[in-house]
Amino acid sequence: MSEKGTDQGKRQFLVAATTVAGGVAAGAVAVPFVASMLPSERAKAAGAPVEVDLAGIAPGERKTVEWQGKPVWVVRRTKEMLDTVRGNDGNVADPDSKKKMQPAYATNEFRAIKDEYLVVVGICTHLGCSPVEKFAKQAEAFDPNWQGGFYCPCHGSLFDLAGRVFKNKPAPDNLVVPPYKYLSDTRLLIGDDSKGA
Amino acid sequence: MAATPKEPVNFTGAGRLNAPISGVLTWVDQRFPLMSLWREHLSQYYAPKNFNFWYFFGSLAMLILVIQIVTGIFLVMHYKPSAAEAFASVEYIMRDVPGGWFIRYMHSTGASAFFIVVYLHMFRGLLYGSYRQPRELIWIFGMLIYLSLMAEAFFGYLLPWGQMSFWGAQVIINLFDALPLIGPDLSTWIRGDFVISDATLNRFFAFHVIALPLVLLGLVAAHIMALHEVGSNNPDGVEIKKHKDAQGHPLDGIPFHPYYTVKDIVGVVVFLFLFFLVAFFMPEMGGYFLEYNNFIPADSLKTPPHIAPVWYFTPYYSILRAITEDFMLVLAAGVAAYVCLIWLTVRNMSVKFLASAIGLVLIVLMIGGPLALEAKVWGVAAMGAATLIFFLLPWLDRSPVKSIRYKGSLFKTALTIFVIVFLVLGYYGTQTVTPAGTLISQIGTLIYFAFFLLMPWYSVMDKTKPEPDRVTM
Repeated sequence: MSEKGTDQGKRQFLVAATTVAGGVAAGAVAVPFVASMLPSERAKAAGAPVEVDLAGIAPGERKTVEWQGKPVWVVRRTKEMLDTVRGNDGNVADPDSKKKMQPAYATNEFRAIKDEYLVVVGICTHLGCSPVEKFAKQAEAFDPNWQGGFYCPCHGSLFDLAGRVFKNKPAPDNLVVPPYKYLSDTRLLIGDDSKGA
Repeated sequence: MAATPKEPVNFTGAGRLNAPISGVLTWVDQRFPLMSLWREHLSQYYAPKNFNFWYFFGSLAMLILVIQIVTGIFLVMHYKPSAAEAFASVEYIMRDVPGGWFIRYMHSTGASAFFIVVYLHMFRGLLYGSYRQPRELIWIFGMLIYLSLMAEAFFGYLLPWGQMSFWGAQVIINLFDALPLIGPDLSTWIRGDFVISDATLNRFFAFHVIALPLVLLGLVAAHIMALHEVGSNNPDGVEIKKHKDAQGHPLDGIPFHPYYTVKDIVGVVVFLFLFFLVAFFMPEMGGYFLEYNNFIPADSLKTPPHIAPVWYFTPYYSILRAITEDFMLVLAAGVAAYVCLIWLTVRNMSVKFLASAIGLVLIVLMIGGPLALEAKVWGVAAMGAATLIFFLLPWLDRSPVKSIRYKGSLFKTALTIFVIVFLVLGYYGTQTVTPAGTLISQIGTLIYFAFFLLMPWYSVMDKTKPEPDRVTM
């Protein structure tokens, strides 16, 4: 040890410099660990578009297909079902679909390219449960005046037959309409809406 | 350099074997703080002599931790953490592995038993003011254990890959979606995929079997070290260290070993009797310990018609569901009333202004039109706040006495109502949503928070009885 004793200023500087250098190194080394928990390349590559044959769906029925691991519903709506959608305008939170929960071509009265077929991702916008179909017009525990639609069993959100959420329900948004297009009158492609070939 | 020689260890428990055992213990003690640890934490840890029934649950919680770790190790020998194989491997454990059903039922019963015991342990703290100064850190470590335990239970619940596993995880991870700005990216990061998938199952397995058990063990050690530093509270809530004998031992204290080790063995026997009654004869506990829908393999396209978390999460789940768009006005009014209360009763001007500023921000974010956050965000916030608010107890309770024995009717009434509300919220959390259930949950949510937030007032207004100088039996 030097005769002058400890140089406190130098010691403090060295402590600070070591702390900063060590901290930066620890932060840098955390990056690959945090990144390793992101979706892998394989997970990102999954989720090719799926084709749906509309011929098998009877009027008033729903078909569920899997796209990107999620349920996508195709509902063939009857005239009467479309009428209930009109009648719900005052009861739903976003009647005109102002929030971007659907592509531009489905931003219309019935949230669909063709009125007859509703295509929505069957995942509640609240916490991700899959609502169940309650298409019958009858008194339900959650609504004595039920006109038909979807009911989420987890937290009680209600959606009409255009996937629009009712007011004062836990779900904040309408059901998501995925990108889709008609390949022919009876064939749908879900997950791809590019024009041309 | 030789260490200072320690006194030889005198072992007097095994007849003719005394001499060799004493020799071995002395050899170890000279190289490891064996005897000082033994004395500090057991043979000379003086605990109040008036412990009652409520003081069983700390050691029982440790027993369950051991049961969970041991049964967990043996389950991992047969379980496959992959979406394709997980469900079948659990059924394989149940049907084909010798004794597998027994180990698994011990583990599943242990999960619920852990929460029963921890809730009773926490209630003991509420009864006798065990969180009060100087035991704030014990309480904080305990709350961290409770939160880690909830995380541990949540991660573990995904592993059987049944319908409730899948949709329960889906709902809870989607809670993070509600956070402004970072929400969606955060939930994708937690899942490791855009949906709950094999990647999610695999990482939850890692958290459940290694990460959280390590955290839990560390926190339990910290909890006990902090406890042994300040000494145990007791049903009278008075400090036994105030009166000591000539050797410096508390007059009202007795060594933990052998007195409380023997007493705890009685508790352990009764507990194990009940534990195995459930594990052998009713492991599903009517769908509360093991939910029936979880015997159906996970299906990402179909939510079961009725989903609810396991019973120990349901009070918070009710609070989450109680926050709807039309309830925001009530919440905002509650915040406003609370700020008014602070203005009327607190003298300190900076506290008044701080409370007003925070209150104003909250009200704007609740009902401020375009600035307001969605009810969903507030549901998540309320659920989080309901668990975290326990941390503040040591500073909210301003009663001059610690124990319920000397508190007045105000506090007793408040605690009784709180327990009832906690149970009612728990019940409605297991039920499907109905307008009446939602209304009751909303009232329950308000009372739940009022119990904590109004405590600085009613605990002071309360007519307390004088504390005794020494413990009573």
